[in-house]
Amino acid sequence: MSDTETAELETFRNETRAWLEANCPPEMRKPATSDADVFWGGRNAKFSSEPQRIWFERMRDKGWTVPDWPKEYGGGGLSAAEHKVLRAEMGRIGARPPLSSFGIWMLGPALLKYGNDAQKTEHLPKIAAGEIRWCQGYSEPNAGSDLASLQTRAESDGDDFVITGQKIWTSYANYADWIFCLVRTDPAAKKHDGISFILFDMTSKGVTTKPILLISGYSPFCETFFDGVRVPKSHVVGTVNRGWDVAKYLLQHERAMISGMGERGVGRPLGQIATDSVGTDALGRLDDAMLRGKIASFDVDEAALAACAERAVDLAKAGQAHPAFSSAMKYYGTELNKRRYEILMSAGGVDALEWESERSKHGARPRAWLRTKANSIEGGTSEVMLGIVAKRILDLPGA
Amino acid sequence: MALVLTEEQSMLRDSARGLISDKAPVSHLRHLRDSKDPTGFSKELWHAFAEMGFAGLLVPEEFGGSGLGYVEAGIVMEEIGRTLMPSPFLATSVVAASALNRGGNAAQKSEYLPKIASGSLLATLAIDEGAKHRPLQTSLQAVRAGNGFKLSGAKALVVDGHVADLVIVAARTAGSAGERDGLTLFLVNPKAKGVAVERTIMVDAHNAARIELANVEVNADSVLGEVDQGAALLDGVLDVGRGAVAAEMVGLSDEVFGRTVEYLKNRKQFGKLIGEFQALQHRAAELYVDIEITRAATMKALQALDADVAKAAQAVAVAKARAGTTATRAVQEGVQMHGGMGMTDQFDIGFFMKRARVCEELFGDANYHTEQLARARGY
Repeated sequence: MSDTETAELETFRNETRAWLEANCPPEMRKPATSDADVFWGGRNAKFSSEPQRIWFERMRDKGWTVPDWPKEYGGGGLSAAEHKVLRAEMGRIGARPPLSSFGIWMLGPALLKYGNDAQKTEHLPKIAAGEIRWCQGYSEPNAGSDLASLQTRAESDGDDFVITGQKIWTSYANYADWIFCLVRTDPAAKKHDGISFILFDMTSKGVTTKPILLISGYSPFCETFFDGVRVPKSHVVGTVNRGWDVAKYLLQHERAMISGMGERGVGRPLGQIATDSVGTDALGRLDDAMLRGKIASFDVDEAALAACAERAVDLAKAGQAHPAFSSAMKYYGTELNKRRYEILMSAGGVDALEWESERSKHGARPRAWLRTKANSIEGGTSEVMLGIVAKRILDLPGA
Repeated sequence: MALVLTEEQSMLRDSARGLISDKAPVSHLRHLRDSKDPTGFSKELWHAFAEMGFAGLLVPEEFGGSGLGYVEAGIVMEEIGRTLMPSPFLATSVVAASALNRGGNAAQKSEYLPKIASGSLLATLAIDEGAKHRPLQTSLQAVRAGNGFKLSGAKALVVDGHVADLVIVAARTAGSAGERDGLTLFLVNPKAKGVAVERTIMVDAHNAARIELANVEVNADSVLGEVDQGAALLDGVLDVGRGAVAAEMVGLSDEVFGRTVEYLKNRKQFGKLIGEFQALQHRAAELYVDIEITRAATMKALQALDADVAKAAQAVAVAKARAGTTATRAVQEGVQMHGGMGMTDQFDIGFFMKRARVCEELFGDANYHTEQLARARGY
């Protein structure tokens, strides 16, 4: 980096710091405490608080809901280095993301790579502005880890496809406005070769959703049924029957997203949380040596993973990343997040067992603990991730 | 700063790798071990290191060095780790050079640093006294005597101790074992009266020694840094050493892993390549992930050291702790997956296991650094 570039980046850092200081409401400088406290956008979106609305609108107006997307699509147009500075400065004050969205994390990157101009112009600005909330139609009852065996069929009928079948584990399908969906357009082809990636409105005739009650007592996932849903062929992203390429590319982004789910580096450190509830010994140390050791090992691994996540971004920007590396990060990040919640449950003891009381925020901790068990299943199980690393990165033989 | 190598750093890595893989493959270590080489490393190779600017890599240019940083030192250490080359680089060029450069006065710097850069002076740090690395437990006594001090006590795991021309000794000038105040670093000539050096042949066939000091007289000019206030200097120097050893362990782990994956692709049992078995595939994949995470944590620590040694402690603790667990896992899986071959002396893999064990103890093991992190974070 030249001296001029370094100086310009420093200027950007100072301006960004000042802007965030002036514009990020104090309430938005701590992690969301519940899912209702997260802003997901969409046609029916409601803000849970005034600071949430202010923070979202200010960030949206700067293009910073999607800081590194091109300005023409509602992004901030930031360079890789500037984006890193923005993330660091937001992290410095604990600023939460102004908008959570599968459009940002998953569909957007796939559209930027595979979408045509009309699709990008139509969909990207609405994602950036939080106007449309998306859901992901991937898994089916008989296509989980073996995703490519999916059976939902799309039959050609003039300018349309007519879609019939069932999806499962569709996150927030009951709240979503549109779906990006994998469908089988050529049943005769080999399983990876007859799939298309298609977009449609969830209010289309023939779409129904049914929430699934999970062990956490919440229903973040749905069963989604399609009964003769008519979708224009122009809504296919990329080439018909080549949807698996788009699907895999999107999965890399999904896995990167899930690997980062552990709210790293924000909120109260585990050591403090545990000290508050367990107490300390005569030396002032956590009065549970085994738990203290587990927390310390967790802290080592968490800090190391944060460095690795940072490096993964830097490698991608430098064109040196392996495309399957997000599988490695997904595996480790989700297993680590499960460790975090096992520690939190152990630290909380009896207090972490309450399920309904106001005192326990309606069982926030045990429900979150149970929710993390899905982390190493959704978006590809840990076992599938290890298989991908073994085959695509290590080039081990077989299967 | 991006966690990827710059173009200059990649060139440095390539030239280090070229020299080391060509002149010092694992067979070089094997030969030194089997011939019971009295020096324990190749002087010829050390001269080549000096000519390439590696010996003085951390020495400022005004003292004849290359004036590079800890990231660059880590790059060389990683390449050393790949072939297990015995070299004075760690003790002399990284640890002692940092101690002298950070703590030395003008006279000390101009006396020693140019000689380190030219490859003509070997130096080392003598810190450990007990079985485990516990810097604050230092009890080697230095009592004032006339214009100087008299040193008495014993040190262990002094890297290159039997060939060093200069030993930097951590001693206690005040207080008692366990206290931060009262530590002082001394520059000691190992040929001085009262110094007894015993070379200790170690499991990894790398150089180490026990040193005993019995009323060794040093003058006041031999103090490195300030009397009684050596802890901060020592912390920084040890952290530099830890970052460097972590980098060596990353290189070592990566090399063992690469050899193991190759073996999985070539060894056949039950009529197929053993790399086809999912039980081995998943373990190999887990190890790969572990190594990549540790590599990133180590780069982060070296960059933190370059930014400010005094503020790098937590990043270094993370890196050395991770390097310890990762290298241990890598060598254990390496031997296990090589089966009976992994148990033979004829096969190189065992050398990596032995060196990893020593690296783990050098400057604090994974338990020590995990504990340090817990203390730093106040729980």
